Amino acid sequence: MTGTDTVPAGERGDLGPIGTSPPRPDGLAKATGAAVFADDLAVAGLWFGATLRSPHPHARIAALRFDPARAPEGAVALTARDLPGFNGVQLIDDEWPILADGVVRHVGEAVAIVAAPTRVAARRALAAFDVEYEPLPAVLTLEAAAAAAAPPLAEVEIACGDVEAALAAAELVVEGSYRTGHQEHIYIECQAMTAWEEDGALVVAGSMQCPYYVHKALVHALGLPPDRARVRATAVGGGFGGKEDYPSLIGLHAALLARAAGRPVRLAYDRHEDIVATTKRHPAEVSHRTGVAGDGTLLALDVEILLDGGAYRTLSPVVLSRAALHASGPYRCAHVRVRGRVLATHTAPNGAFRGFGAPQTQFAMERQMDRVARAAGLDPYEVRARNVAGPGDRLPTGQTLDDSASARLCLEEVERRTGFRERWRRHDAERGRGGVRFGDGAEGRTPARGVGLSLYFHGAGFTGNGERRMRSPVAARLLPDGRIEVLTAMTDMGQGCAAVFPQIAAAAAGVAEEDLVFAEPDTGEVPDSGPTVASRTTMIVGGAIARAVSELRRRVDAWLAAHGEEPGPFRAAAARYVAAGEPAEVVVHHETPEAQRFDEERYQGAAYPTFAWGADVAEVEVDPDTYAVRPLRVTAVCEVGRAIHPRLCAGQVEGGTLQAVGWALLEEVKLEGGRYLNDRLATYIIPTARDAPRIDVHLLERPWEGGPFGAKGMGELPMDGGAPAVAAAVENATGLAVEEVPITPERLFDLDRAGRRERG
Amino acid sequence: MSVTVRAVLNGRETELTGHPMERLLDVLRDGLALTGTKEGCGEGECGACTVLLDGEPVLSCLVPLVQCDERRIDTVEALAGEPRARAFLDRFVAAGGVQCGACTPGIVVTAWALLEREARPHVEAVRDALAGNLCRCTGYEGILRALVEEGPAESGEKAR
Repeated sequence: MTGTDTVPAGERGDLGPIGTSPPRPDGLAKATGAAVFADDLAVAGLWFGATLRSPHPHARIAALRFDPARAPEGAVALTARDLPGFNGVQLIDDEWPILADGVVRHVGEAVAIVAAPTRVAARRALAAFDVEYEPLPAVLTLEAAAAAAAPPLAEVEIACGDVEAALAAAELVVEGSYRTGHQEHIYIECQAMTAWEEDGALVVAGSMQCPYYVHKALVHALGLPPDRARVRATAVGGGFGGKEDYPSLIGLHAALLARAAGRPVRLAYDRHEDIVATTKRHPAEVSHRTGVAGDGTLLALDVEILLDGGAYRTLSPVVLSRAALHASGPYRCAHVRVRGRVLATHTAPNGAFRGFGAPQTQFAMERQMDRVARAAGLDPYEVRARNVAGPGDRLPTGQTLDDSASARLCLEEVERRTGFRERWRRHDAERGRGGVRFGDGAEGRTPARGVGLSLYFHGAGFTGNGERRMRSPVAARLLPDGRIEVLTAMTDMGQGCAAVFPQIAAAAAGVAEEDLVFAEPDTGEVPDSGPTVASRTTMIVGGAIARAVSELRRRVDAWLAAHGEEPGPFRAAAARYVAAGEPAEVVVHHETPEAQRFDEERYQGAAYPTFAWGADVAEVEVDPDTYAVRPLRVTAVCEVGRAIHPRLCAGQVEGGTLQAVGWALLEEVKLEGGRYLNDRLATYIIPTARDAPRIDVHLLERPWEGGPFGAKGMGELPMDGGAPAVAAAVENATGLAVEEVPITPERLFDLDRAGRRERG
Repeated sequence: MSVTVRAVLNGRETELTGHPMERLLDVLRDGLALTGTKEGCGEGECGACTVLLDGEPVLSCLVPLVQCDERRIDTVEALAGEPRARAFLDRFVAAGGVQCGACTPGIVVTAWALLEREARPHVEAVRDALAGNLCRCTGYEGILRALVEEGPAESGEKAR
């Protein structure tokens, strides 16, 4: 079924629990339904909220009235005019309205919110609103936004060398343009948040990746002193980035309603509302002009990125930044120019989604590499092997890769495991150029088979100087019984920090996992160790945990030595240390290595402390009559520094790979006139167990000195490789040049028909 | 309008009262605080709300209360108290079948019904049985590992 394993990287010494895969501590509670998710929280006297949403992509709100006589008794209603403070959600900036004021800019934008004693009553209360809209012209697609030439929401340029001169001198210039669509997160638990007042503070509890983001938004919009707002994450039923940005908005809505109603209020979206209202992956169009030497060596890369930001800026500037920094892939090239813009459209804001812009630009780069290979007469493996970046090579920002650069290792390993080249050549020869006849009604034909290769990387941790600015703190303290309590703001959305943090802490402090306790992510208790995003949790926060608990261990050991006591079991010794009144708490900040310097104005320097690397081979079958693509198997080889918990680490690759395969083949947000045609799980299709290919994961480990026990961030990495590998496999099977995902049967049919027309 | 139905819920005779068309899902979650059963879509697509009705997996978001009269209803909470299920649940966790946990109760209930029929199902039978239960975290690999015994290499184990 699956062949996940790891290739040991030499002697590992005694690392205690590091590298073992114990059952995750929250596993049984989740499997028995005992874990408490956002909508499971029992709260006395709870009311429910509902949201009035715009049916128009762009309109002036000419009139907005609430008629209490038509609403269930006691219902409270809030519009933009009722907000107590500033009408904006604080993220990077605060231009995203809490409630639309005068103008709506996308279908599903929140116009008003209500609370009532039951879920049904809350929905009924929405009918007591009268709204008059005056529709305005709407910009609905990236293409229309580019034509409209409005100022972009964000812009970036990375340059090194002289691209124009290198293109002019190149033997070959290969051009290509690639498109990717929206993607919905489809965390299985929809967004939900409950708010109430308690001991003079506003409490917001629910499903989120970033408790301190929600806290910051509450403080900013409600003008609260920071200690009067408290945010707590419940169990999180999936995030994938979708619970990075949006929880700040729904959290504000719940908080506003709770204050207005004077009682606890819960907002829990159903799937329809979740799809319509929340952020999605940015659609992208990426154009390449590549200068190539006759032997296939890359000489110049000119890349232009357009991202559809939706109606508000939200996190788009940082998504663009990561998109641009990954746009030239894990390759060596002396002359590179990457220009990117985020354009506004009258659609729901696009935001954080696993990979954060990098999957879009690496899809384009990998497809372009296959095109370069064809132009130079190489196979997809050869062109990558010729250009892959390694230790000592420089990225376009001038960052020199260190020994943790493992792209070649991944490439060679995936070839060794799959025999990609031989199979690619065989399918290519069998097919012959344009020789496959699709949809001609001939009977009894077997599906066309193909294999595709992708090579990819992902910067671990925040982009640029993010980590340096945050200096994320982690606290650890000795409890009177001698256990170590670790306090961070990280949430476990399934990725497994609930398992990995105890392993890191136990190994670093040299104690048993039973001697450790981890505080719940509650801003009233834990320091702001940053958001649970950007593949930073294990590497950055895990690293700070290791230092914090080591320091406590050192203090206890030193005290024991000073008092001439025998070491003995740690917990008993630590309890004596605490009883003696010795300092029992430590706060450790993440310190960015001096060598990682990044100039955010000029985009020069080390944008990431390190990268995780991967290579995928996808195998597909394409039905010659229906054009349906069936993914059979994806082999993913990923170099992750150190897999703290190999099973969970492989689980990230397995799940991320399927999410990428879904994006490549099935997942499409269909909009018509800015309105959703498929805002349900019956029509927005994600892969089922029947659709999923076999996913073979092979973890490679080259411990990186900057991460705890050598670990690098890797949660987003697998999202980068699946789509280009699948697209390449479809191309290998059909001979059709796939430039866009999702590769639906309709799109493949159109591509085939267009090709036939061209050939006459 | 309200009806009272008599059902055996998690092994106990229970009277359930509500609107005849009230979703079993809401009866369980809101009325009885059995929140192990999750709502993921409310239209029978995701399987997060799967419960057993007379031993067969059904989607409780599509089952009205009135259909539950004289039936046996088992939720994931019943499985938690079932000694024979414990080894299966432990295996499910150990194999990496659980990540975020939102789909997990529904998958566990569906899988348990399959294992009751067939102790060692073939991987294709497992994929068929689980085709109505969406998981967004695991790529289904960890779930299949937990259910298919004759799987080859153990995923994620260290090659020491």
